[in-house]
Amino acid sequence: MSLRSPLARVLGHGSAKEGVHHWWMQRLTSIALLPLTVWFVVALLSLPLHDRASVAAWVANGWTPLLLIVFVLVATWHSRLGVQVVIEDYVPAAGTKTFSLILSTFAHFLVAAAAIFAVLKVAFE
Amino acid sequence: MRERPLSPHVSVYRMSRYTLLTSILNRLTGLALSVGLVILAYWLTALSRGARAHQQATAILSGGLAKLVFAGLLIAFCYHFVAGIRHLIWDTGRGLERRQSMQSAWLVAIGTVVLAAIFILFASWAGRQ
Repeated sequence: MSLRSPLARVLGHGSAKEGVHHWWMQRLTSIALLPLTVWFVVALLSLPLHDRASVAAWVANGWTPLLLIVFVLVATWHSRLGVQVVIEDYVPAAGTKTFSLILSTFAHFLVAAAAIFAVLKVAFE
Repeated sequence: MRERPLSPHVSVYRMSRYTLLTSILNRLTGLALSVGLVILAYWLTALSRGARAHQQATAILSGGLAKLVFAGLLIAFCYHFVAGIRHLIWDTGRGLERRQSMQSAWLVAIGTVVLAAIFILFASWAGRQ
């Protein structure tokens, strides 16, 4: 057993650096989204969207499904963090706030899962 | 519950303050793009469910109102993209002086229009291929 007090072991180590986690993830996802969103928008604008065969062929082609899944994951993550801050700022009542946050998280997970499942399904068609 | 003191609320701010406008627009465009993700999931799901589901979704997503929504989403994306870069630059500790931030607010406005114009030109070029 060490004779050092618990306080002495903690002093000087600083915080666990978790305080900036939300902020940091918001920045990381935004950096990743710079190229991902441009790629996605350019692809959407150049696809004949009414033609299912062409769109499905694009979704299943080469690196596209992987990039699409990464895009969906990062975008929904970024969105969840952003919507969270908006709810925290504008929903005053504690109960409604917690409820909204839970609802937003569930909705974001559902959107991400549905989109990824759809991409995989088309990719392995 | 007893009435509690309120901090200054929306009505005391002047919307002409560019800091307020650029900030709230970033939030609103971000929220709009979140809705865009729901549309994306719907569209991908329809695509994955076969020709009929895709046809139905295409009919819904190519209506007049939907076109307006997509035009709005494109502009929202352009704004959020450029304003986001401004935020990332701020995060490095640069451009925080009042004059610089006023200039970058104008750059965001110009950048949004330019980026949207590039995308629209690209779309019409790609459509003709």
